[in-house]
Amino acid sequence: MRIKKFEEKLFRVLMLLSTVIIITALSLLIVSITIKGLPSLTWEMISQIPKGGYYFGKEGGILNAIIGSLYLALGSVFLAFIIGLPIALFMNSYLVNKKKFVGTIRFFLDLLWGVPSIVYGAFGFAIMIYFGLRTSLLAGIVTVTLFIIPIMVRAMDEVFKEVPRGLLEASFSLGSTKSETSFKIMVRQCIPGIITAVLLSFGRAIGDAASVLFTTGYTDYIPTSLAQPTATLPLAIFFQLGSPIPEVKERAYAAALVLTIIILVISLLSRFFSRKYDKHKINF
Amino acid sequence: MVHKTKVKIENLNISIGKNHILKNINATIPEKAITVIIGPSGCGKTTLLKSLNRLIDLNPDVKTSGRIMIDNEDILNTHRDITEIRRKMGLLAQRPYPLPMSIYNNIAYGLRISGRKKKKYLNGRVEHYLQQANLWDEVKDRLNEPAARLSIGQQQRLCLARGLAVDPEIILADEPTSALDPLSSQVIEEQFIALKKRYSIVLVTHILRQARRIADHVIFMYLGEVVEQGPAKEIFENPQMEKTQQYFKGAFY
Repeated sequence: MRIKKFEEKLFRVLMLLSTVIIITALSLLIVSITIKGLPSLTWEMISQIPKGGYYFGKEGGILNAIIGSLYLALGSVFLAFIIGLPIALFMNSYLVNKKKFVGTIRFFLDLLWGVPSIVYGAFGFAIMIYFGLRTSLLAGIVTVTLFIIPIMVRAMDEVFKEVPRGLLEASFSLGSTKSETSFKIMVRQCIPGIITAVLLSFGRAIGDAASVLFTTGYTDYIPTSLAQPTATLPLAIFFQLGSPIPEVKERAYAAALVLTIIILVISLLSRFFSRKYDKHKINF
Repeated sequence: MVHKTKVKIENLNISIGKNHILKNINATIPEKAITVIIGPSGCGKTTLLKSLNRLIDLNPDVKTSGRIMIDNEDILNTHRDITEIRRKMGLLAQRPYPLPMSIYNNIAYGLRISGRKKKKYLNGRVEHYLQQANLWDEVKDRLNEPAARLSIGQQQRLCLARGLAVDPEIILADEPTSALDPLSSQVIEEQFIALKKRYSIVLVTHILRQARRIADHVIFMYLGEVVEQGPAKEIFENPQMEKTQQYFKGAFY
């Protein structure tokens, strides 16, 4: 009995300890970028594009990177969603009786999920060279889309998988076709999970530097077409952090803070929406 | 009372993977009566029921042979659209699976997907079928609330109403009262007795008393085979086969 009690205590302490470590690390991260970034986070910083001499600590801001990142992330999340949703539904309604095949698809998607983003960047770059394209917003969107599709599909797949067989049978026995069952029943049942999948993909899309390094390039202007190179926040952080000038370095932290705030806002919004739309969800 | 035959099952064999689940089933299901399929658990009752509207197709590695004749049409070997066949049958599962939408839309869903979308028509139908399932008075003031908020007994009646709304000829019920409290179970049983004037009902149950209460026709299954079948009175009062007698005595479940 005493050993059991000791065991119980030991594991409680271990769990508490690991929770504390994680929370401390995350708080330190947020505190440090806030302390270093907040002083340079002026209105000018988020409302202007870089002016002459910006990279030497003179006037201007990172509006180009903010807008560029939003374009890139929204574009690729949209594309990945309209491609990924049908794949996830297909795997869970049409292929519901082909377990082995679906298992193989899952295996390859997981593999693709694990491939580092720099590999996607290199792949996108190779394709661009083949077609003779320059770095552009479009090339970036396509590359990032490829990079987040496995995430999007597998995240949605995990929630569609949990739709009970009985609900599908109920829908089929009312005379629904497979596509009606997919889009009218499964999607409705899984809206909170779908929103989570979109958010997860958005976070990866907006935060990744390696996949856009060769494909979207960098520029000081806000792009006006898909064919133009585009600045992104992760690269803005990367370039400014490498500068020997202290003012520029501080601006890198300000850019990091902006990126964090964008992700925070998006995640709060998605929580709000998933709460709003999950009232019809049946809990089994 | 002599009933016309609604469904005739001939030499039906079903195996899933390596398991031979239904072995050479021959059975008839009369029209406008309650047919109860009884037998110990794992004897293939549910599989038989689900093969009637071909939900069994959803399982991996299913092999089917034989014929299931509904109104003289073989539904296993047909070029007809499967959704059309399924629409002939309403399904009531072991536990209620309401659709993830409002109470109103749960009933209207089946009508909408078959092309009937006029609001006025739908309103009338929704009320009609909720009344048939004895649920209208409880939900008439909250039709737009999510179906998930109903109690489990109400959900099962909602599922019954939803099944009736697509205007089936057959109602398939797979132990429909197993998740319900005694009172809700009684309501469902009463509904079945009222509904058999218009529908052919096939009910799977392992509750012998329930079978005695409502069956007109009985099919007794054991280990994937039909042991005995016939009018309820004959089977319950004078079972011919030894297995049936043992089962009724409670020798096994």
